[in-house]
Amino acid sequence: MLSRVANSIYWLGRYLERAENYARFIDVNFNLMQDLPVGMKEQWMPLVAATGDLDVYEASNDGYSSEQVLFFLGFDENNPNSMFSAIRNARENARIIRENLSKETWEKTNELYHFMQSGQKKKIWTKEDPRKFFLKIKNQILLIYGLADSSVARVEGWYFSRLGQFLERADKTSRILDVKYHILLPNEEEVGSPIDFLHWMALLKSVTAFNTYRRVYGNINPSSVVEFLTLNKYFPRSIYFCIREAEKCLHKISGNDEEGFKNSAEKAIGSLKSKLEFAEVDEIISYGLHEYLDDLQIKINGISNKIDSNFFTIRDNFAQHSTPQ
Amino acid sequence: MKLDNYAAGDHCDEMITSDGHVRPHYEEFFKRLEKTPQKKMKNLQHSANQTQRSMGMTFNVYHDNEGLEKILHLDIIPRIIPNSEWKNLEAGLKQRTKALNMFLQDIYNERSILKDGIIPSELILKSKDYLEPCIGLTPPKGVWCHITGTDLIKNRDGEYYILEDNLRCPSGVSYMLESREIIKRVHPELFQDQGVMPVADYPTKLLNMLQFLSDKTKPVVGVLTPGIYNSAYFEHSYLALQMGVELVSGVDLLVEDQKVYMQTTKGLRQIDVLYRRIDDTFLDPLTFNPQSMLGVPGIFDAYKAGNIALANAPGTGVADDKAVYAYVPQIIKYYLNEEPILNNVPTYLCRENDQREYVLENIHELVVKETNAAGGYGMLIGPKATEEEHDKFRELIKNNPKNYIAQPTLSLSTVPTLCEDGIEGRHVDLRPYILYGNGIEVIPGALTRVALKKGSLVVNSSQGGGSKDTWVLY
Repeated sequence: MLSRVANSIYWLGRYLERAENYARFIDVNFNLMQDLPVGMKEQWMPLVAATGDLDVYEASNDGYSSEQVLFFLGFDENNPNSMFSAIRNARENARIIRENLSKETWEKTNELYHFMQSGQKKKIWTKEDPRKFFLKIKNQILLIYGLADSSVARVEGWYFSRLGQFLERADKTSRILDVKYHILLPNEEEVGSPIDFLHWMALLKSVTAFNTYRRVYGNINPSSVVEFLTLNKYFPRSIYFCIREAEKCLHKISGNDEEGFKNSAEKAIGSLKSKLEFAEVDEIISYGLHEYLDDLQIKINGISNKIDSNFFTIRDNFAQHSTPQ
Repeated sequence: MKLDNYAAGDHCDEMITSDGHVRPHYEEFFKRLEKTPQKKMKNLQHSANQTQRSMGMTFNVYHDNEGLEKILHLDIIPRIIPNSEWKNLEAGLKQRTKALNMFLQDIYNERSILKDGIIPSELILKSKDYLEPCIGLTPPKGVWCHITGTDLIKNRDGEYYILEDNLRCPSGVSYMLESREIIKRVHPELFQDQGVMPVADYPTKLLNMLQFLSDKTKPVVGVLTPGIYNSAYFEHSYLALQMGVELVSGVDLLVEDQKVYMQTTKGLRQIDVLYRRIDDTFLDPLTFNPQSMLGVPGIFDAYKAGNIALANAPGTGVADDKAVYAYVPQIIKYYLNEEPILNNVPTYLCRENDQREYVLENIHELVVKETNAAGGYGMLIGPKATEEEHDKFRELIKNNPKNYIAQPTLSLSTVPTLCEDGIEGRHVDLRPYILYGNGIEVIPGALTRVALKKGSLVVNSSQGGGSKDTWVLY
């Protein structure tokens, strides 16, 4: 497969997953806000902080009204990670490699982009309850996944797209978990209070994990939630699960059917997977959840860079011929 | 639908004769049209438009910043060509393609046609499309123009005339293929009743032709595109998909030891044949335009070394120049010793003194064209232009006579087209596609471009033209 094409497929996977997760972010916060006692202030800053784009936000915003934050995360073309930017980029990548996609995948991605544009025209962020719009976006993306699942051959391109998807999801699950860190409780005694539990529940619901969690652990308990979303071996949004799946994709791509690694990307991801596989949740808590998640995000970025240099970097065919001036 | 008011006008109409009789090859269709309510036709048209949009059959328009991707309107009434007429066209196009290919081989090698004084040497050797790096070259299997999309029109006399030989990467074939798929769904019954020759195997034929150019048993073939901002990007990606080959752009390729490689996730992979949709001079900045950022440095060397086949071969542009066009009948006679089967439009070369004088005096009756422009740009339609425009072109011609030719105004034929108030005649041209590999083959179908504006003669998609499915009957 052409390096340029593989690159576009990988990013198509990442951008779609990113957009879907942003829809989830926004949902988690709405859920949280609704459970707050009357009179308690809405908190939108944590959401921006969790995406890691606080600087970009503060450069053009004063304060954290829900409208401002919704616009920034959802519709701001100047925010390179907004849902709008992610969907536009996904569609642009799909257009570049259209001959490599199934007809339906291209058409649905195209429709997704047009739907997002319509939301921008309607100024969805000013609506009292914009959740319906975000739900539709999420569903359209899930539809694209479903179509691909039943129509794309399991060859190289499929694995590059899944690789992008799982790395992005690992990163975003860590960020959703991090939202909780940024949310301020009214005072310290509130840790372990009903409000605190409500927060954890909302968080689980936003990643469709609530029922599964209940079945596995029963009671809501912060360290169990952290364990579930970070280390669970079976839940498809847990960080460990995503990293393991991403590693499988890399092995499929390189044709590695042994253990171990065949290139630097496999080495990096293999080491992260082992670390998570044998980690204990108590270690994570005592290390500091926020710090632990930060580390994870940095490692995931490192893996992405290695994927880039192993598979996507192409030689500039002009460079070798340019003559010194 | 009522067709009582449908009339031929003073040009040739392809459905009815000037005295109002339906031509035999349209009878079946005419009957059906009469029976179909107007509302149903409109609904069918609407659903055809929808299909096109969701397929993303788009083209990009130059000189237009808004709406980068546009849809080429497809009229649901097909244009029908009877078999006998097609047979003649087919023979004529084969003859012409064969002669032009011999001409190209000759002017880059022996130059006997120039030595024998059939064509002024200067016209060829000084042409900006005559590529010096190609001198002395014979392309793989001796074929220069692998894919040709000749433009023709049907004049008032009911005869076809060649307008242009497009020998450099003609576009539009994807519309021919996709339009057929859509129209098949619109008129399923007619295809059975009438017997329409299929075009769907074009991608297979194209691939076979491209593979033929290499001596390897399993050559690697690719389509080379300038990228997603090119006006025909949809077509490039469509053809790559249909042939099941890679769509590559310049950055994907590099040359080592005079071989061309694709940069893949598994390292370098040699490519043997490129259907390139990049202009000659952008192909290789080392050989041609050093400013080009589209091409592949060193690819021309690889081509000369015989390690890559390029379709069409670099250098073909010189033969579809509008000034060379005037000599094509002589070219056919010279190489094949045959009379041309298809008509050339009488052409006045402004470079020749007496012909220029004629053009300047009769500009109000003539169509003036730049020798090197395409897409209907840089053109004057004398009878429709104002005095000022005539004067402007007189000046242009005087200042740079070599850049202009003129032709009598032709009357484009009309075919029935679904319009706002019913069915009316609209002017059309015809672009069939010819493949030259192990023999010459004319695809039994074409892109018919239609000027949707009443009375308009400009069929270019960039200037408000649409398209029609073209049926060649068995």
